[in-house]
Amino acid sequence: MAKARVLIRPKEGILDPQGKAVERALPALGFEGIEHVRVGRMVELEAEDPEQLAELCEKLLANPLIEDYEIQTL
Amino acid sequence: MIWGVLQFPGSCDERDALHACSLMGEARLIWHESRDLGGVDGVVVPGGFSYGDYLRAGAIARFSPAMEAVAEFAAGGGPVLGICNGFQVLCEAGLLPGALLRNEELRFLCRQVDLVADGSPSPELTTPEGGQLRKRSPFLAGIESGETLSIPVKHGEGRYYAPEEMLDEIEARGQVAFRYAPGQNPNGSVRDIAGVINEAGNVLGLMPHPEHAVDALTGSIDGLRLFEGAAGARV
Repeated sequence: MAKARVLIRPKEGILDPQGKAVERALPALGFEGIEHVRVGRMVELEAEDPEQLAELCEKLLANPLIEDYEIQTL
Repeated sequence: MIWGVLQFPGSCDERDALHACSLMGEARLIWHESRDLGGVDGVVVPGGFSYGDYLRAGAIARFSPAMEAVAEFAAGGGPVLGICNGFQVLCEAGLLPGALLRNEELRFLCRQVDLVADGSPSPELTTPEGGQLRKRSPFLAGIESGETLSIPVKHGEGRYYAPEEMLDEIEARGQVAFRYAPGQNPNGSVRDIAGVINEAGNVLGLMPHPEHAVDALTGSIDGLRLFEGAAGARV
């Protein structure tokens, strides 16, 4: 089994209100100078055939209309 | 008319949908594991949080046996209405264009809104082609372009999104069924879109809840218009 990690993030240009909310909270905690926060998801999995992962991402893990994904085999 | 209302684990509006449908015929609940729709004449994919909204709203429900049956039913021209989570499921299943994202302000919204039927200033929508598409849509039968319906919204992920080119296409084809009335877009949906139909017109998805607006006691009966339209189209 091959271990893999899939990173899924909102597509560039799509408003990410979660990222914005996190960004707005930072100054109150004393963190200055942090911007363009984007919040996505990470999925860890083990696959017999890592070749399937792209299709898996297209069909289920990500919605290609609104999200980009990146497969990292470990 | 016999209606089938899907029920997933996590659905929560199936009872109101059954009630609304039963005012316009007979209504049955269809469990998500059923591959057989039992010969119904119309299907409602109701609101809620199917499969806990895990991964993305609607992402897992689309793979249920019942949704496979609904895809076939829709391909055969059967009327399908997706409400709120049901709209998200139909988008994820590729039966409707676009996607639903988290509300712009992140808050869960619950309020009455005005919807304008096909209320676009876009000249493409007034083309005969657009008009014909609306006539082919059973749920929109009897609702004139520009009419306003008062219907509640309640959702956390209702921001309609599609890329610009796709938006131009669906507008040109007259696939925008409803827009939020000017100044009432509650969630940041692109071009104020509240509901869309598929290219054939038989599948409608919308974030607002027509099934919660079928009794004067709760403030509005405008939601009934959609069920009436579909039932009338079958008579």
